Amino acid sequence: MSGSDQIPVSIESSASCSGKPRDYGNARAVLGQIRHALERLIASGEETRIDLNAMPFGPGDLEHLTNCLGTGEVQASVEALGPTRIQETAIPGVWLVDYLNAENQRLTLHIEIANVPQILCPQPQDLALAIDRLDARLDGTPAPNTPPLSS
Amino acid sequence: MAARETPDKTLGESLRDIGLSRRGFLKFCAATASMMALPPSMAPAIAAALEQARRPSVIWLSFQECTGCTESLTRSHSPSVEELIFDFISLDYHHTLQAAAGEAAEAARLQAMEANRGEYLVIVDGSIPGPDANPGFSTVAGHSNYDILMETVEHAAAVIAVGTCAAFGGLPQAKPNPTGAMSVMDLVKDKPVINVSGCPPIPMVITGVLAHYLTFGRLPELDAYHRPMAFYGQSIHDRCYRRPFYDKGLFADSFDDEGAKLGWCLYRLGCKGPTTFNACATMRWNAGTSWPIESGHPCLGCSEPSFWDGGGFYEPVSVPIGTSTTTLLEAAAVGAVAGAGIATVARKGKKDAVKTRQPVTIEELEQKL
Amino acid sequence: MNGSMEFLLWVKGPLFTIAMVIFAIGLLARLLEIFLLGRAPNYAEARAGEWLPGLRTMIARTVADPGTFKRAPFNVVVGWLWHIGFLIALLLFIPHIELFKGVLGLYWPGLPNPIVDLATGVTLVALVATLVHRMTHPVKRRISTTEDYLVWTVVFMVVLTGYLAYHRLVEPYPLALGMHILSAELLLVLLPFTKLTHIFTAFIARWYNGAAFGRKGVQS
Repeated sequence: MSGSDQIPVSIESSASCSGKPRDYGNARAVLGQIRHALERLIASGEETRIDLNAMPFGPGDLEHLTNCLGTGEVQASVEALGPTRIQETAIPGVWLVDYLNAENQRLTLHIEIANVPQILCPQPQDLALAIDRLDARLDGTPAPNTPPLSS
Repeated sequence: MAARETPDKTLGESLRDIGLSRRGFLKFCAATASMMALPPSMAPAIAAALEQARRPSVIWLSFQECTGCTESLTRSHSPSVEELIFDFISLDYHHTLQAAAGEAAEAARLQAMEANRGEYLVIVDGSIPGPDANPGFSTVAGHSNYDILMETVEHAAAVIAVGTCAAFGGLPQAKPNPTGAMSVMDLVKDKPVINVSGCPPIPMVITGVLAHYLTFGRLPELDAYHRPMAFYGQSIHDRCYRRPFYDKGLFADSFDDEGAKLGWCLYRLGCKGPTTFNACATMRWNAGTSWPIESGHPCLGCSEPSFWDGGGFYEPVSVPIGTSTTTLLEAAAVGAVAGAGIATVARKGKKDAVKTRQPVTIEELEQKL
Repeated sequence: MNGSMEFLLWVKGPLFTIAMVIFAIGLLARLLEIFLLGRAPNYAEARAGEWLPGLRTMIARTVADPGTFKRAPFNVVVGWLWHIGFLIALLLFIPHIELFKGVLGLYWPGLPNPIVDLATGVTLVALVATLVHRMTHPVKRRISTTEDYLVWTVVFMVVLTGYLAYHRLVEPYPLALGMHILSAELLLVLLPFTKLTHIFTAFIARWYNGAAFGRKGVQS
C-alpha cells in the first residue's frame, strides 16, 4: 500500500443509490401501446408483439413496466435453441416472452398481446405432419427423430 | 483453409438438417428481427426470406486498425444466434482469426475470390493509406493495403466497412493524418459500400447488417453516410432516456455534482449525443448491460466522421472548435488600431475642412437651386 | 466536404473563427472611431451634471413615453416583444451560455428550454409581424432600404434556424445546427457594418443625448 490509504474517501448515500428503481417515464409510453394493442385484440383478434429490446429504457424503466403489469397465473417454458420463458401478466392477454440462449443470456424480450403466445402454439407445418407422426406411433414403429415423452 | 463454394442448400434447409425445430426457427427469427432493429411484425418475412437464403462467402480485410472491431464482434453477447449466423456465412479469410498464415492464407483469399466471383462480401476494418501515400505505411504479406483492397473488391458483391476507421478514416486520419489515411468509401466508388461506424461498432449492429444481407440478399436502406438506417437512423439524443432532463433544462455541471448523481443530461459535460447517430441507446453494450450515457459519461460521437477532430470530448456541442479568447482579443486590438486610424483621418479631414471653409451667402445658394 | 457532419465542423471551426475575427475588428473599429471622433467642444459653462441625466435618458428612451405609444403602439409592443424574446434566446439558452463560456470565459445561469422555446416562438411571430407591417405601412414602406430588409432577413434566419434545430425539424441534425451557426456567423459579420451596430451603440447614443441635455440644464 503506497500511501493510497491517505486519500480521503467519503461514502455518500444519495437518492440515486438507494436501490429504488428510478422512473424515466418510458414505461408509461409502452403501457399506452399495450392498451391500444389490447383494444385491437378484443375488437378484431389482431395480435401484437412489442420488442422491449428496441426501447430506449433508462435504468429502472423495465422494472417499472413489469411491476405495473404484475404476474398472472400461467408460466411456461419452451426448449428450442435455448430456453424461452413465457409469463402471463396480471392483465389477461398480455404476456412477457423472454427469449434466452443456451447460456441463459437474453436474446430479446417481447411483450405479446395475444390469446396464446405464438411460440406456444404448434407451428402449422408441424401440425400438418401431426397425423402421420401419430399414425407411425400407432403402427408401433417409433419415429427415429422424435424423443420419448419423458425427455 | 480451403475456400468453399457457396453451397446449394438454403439456410432454412440447413437449419432443419441440424435439428432445429420450427419453434426454434421462430425464435431465431424473433432474435434476428431484434438484432436487425426491425419490428417483431417483420419476423414472418424474415422466416420466409431465411428459408431461401444462401450462404455467402466473406473475406475480412484488416488494415490500419486496432482489432477493437474484431474484439467487439467476437465478444458479441448472443452466441447461439450469432454462431448460427456465422455457421451460415463462410468466413474464408480473416488474418487475425484464421489458423492459416503466410502463403496459405493469401491463397485462401485468392481462392475464395475466384470461386465466388461477383458474389462474395468484403468486410474491411481499418483505414487505408491512400494511393498517393507511402505504400510502406501498412502492408500485409508484402502488399500495400491499397493494392489488397482494390484487388479484393474488384469482383465483390458489396463492401462492408466495419468501424469508424474503415468508414470515415477514424483515428489514423485524425490531423495531421501522417499516413494519408483514407476510408473505404473514398477509394471504392464502383461497388456498394455499407458503413458500420463506431469505435468499435456495437457487435449486434455488425451481425445485424450481416444478417440483413444474408436474410434478404440485398443491402439495407442507407443514410447519407452509407450507414444502415435501421441502426443509424436516429440520433443518440433522440433515443436517450435522459432526454427529458435536457428538455427540462436539468444538466449535470460536473461529473460528481448532484445533477450527475441524479442522472441528469450530460450536454454541458460535452455529450455529442445530439449530433451522433447510433443504436447504443437501445442495443446497449456488454450483453445489454449499459451504455456510455447510462454509465454517466457523455457520448463521444464515435460513429461520426472526423470525431477525433470534432472538438474536445468534454466541450459541449455548441462550443466552436479552435476559436480562442486570445484570437478574439487580438482581432479586437487590430480593430481598435484601425478605428483609431480612421478617427485620426476623419479628424484631420474635419480640421482641413474648417481651415478652407468659404462663407456662403443665401443668394449663392438660391442661385444653385 | 461531402456530408452534414463535415459542414457542421467547418462552420463550427474555421468559419466561426473568421466570423469572430471580422466581427471583433469591425466592431472595435466602429466604436473607437465614434469615441475618438468626439463631440464639438462646448465652451459654455455647464449648468448641471452630465452623468445622471445621461443614465436617465438611457432608460427614458428605452421605455416609450405615452405619446409615442399612442402614435405607434405596434412599433412599441411588437418591438419590445421580439427584442426581449431574442435576448432571452440568445443569452439564456444553456447551449448558448456554453458557447459564451467557451469563447469568452464568462457564464451565467440559464432558463429551462421550454421557456426559451416559448420566447423563440414569440420572437418568430413578432418578427414576421414587423415585416408585414413594414411592407404594408405606407410610410415605413417608403423609408425602408435594402439594408433594412437584409438586416431583417439575417436576424429572422438566425431565430428560425435555431428553432428548427432545437425541434429537430430538419434532418440530419448536424445540417440543421450547421445552418443555425452559419446564419449566426453571417449576423456577426454584418453586425459592425449595418444598422445592427445599434446593439452596441444605442445605449451609448442615448447617454450622449441625455448628457448633452443635462449639461445645458434641459429636461432629459
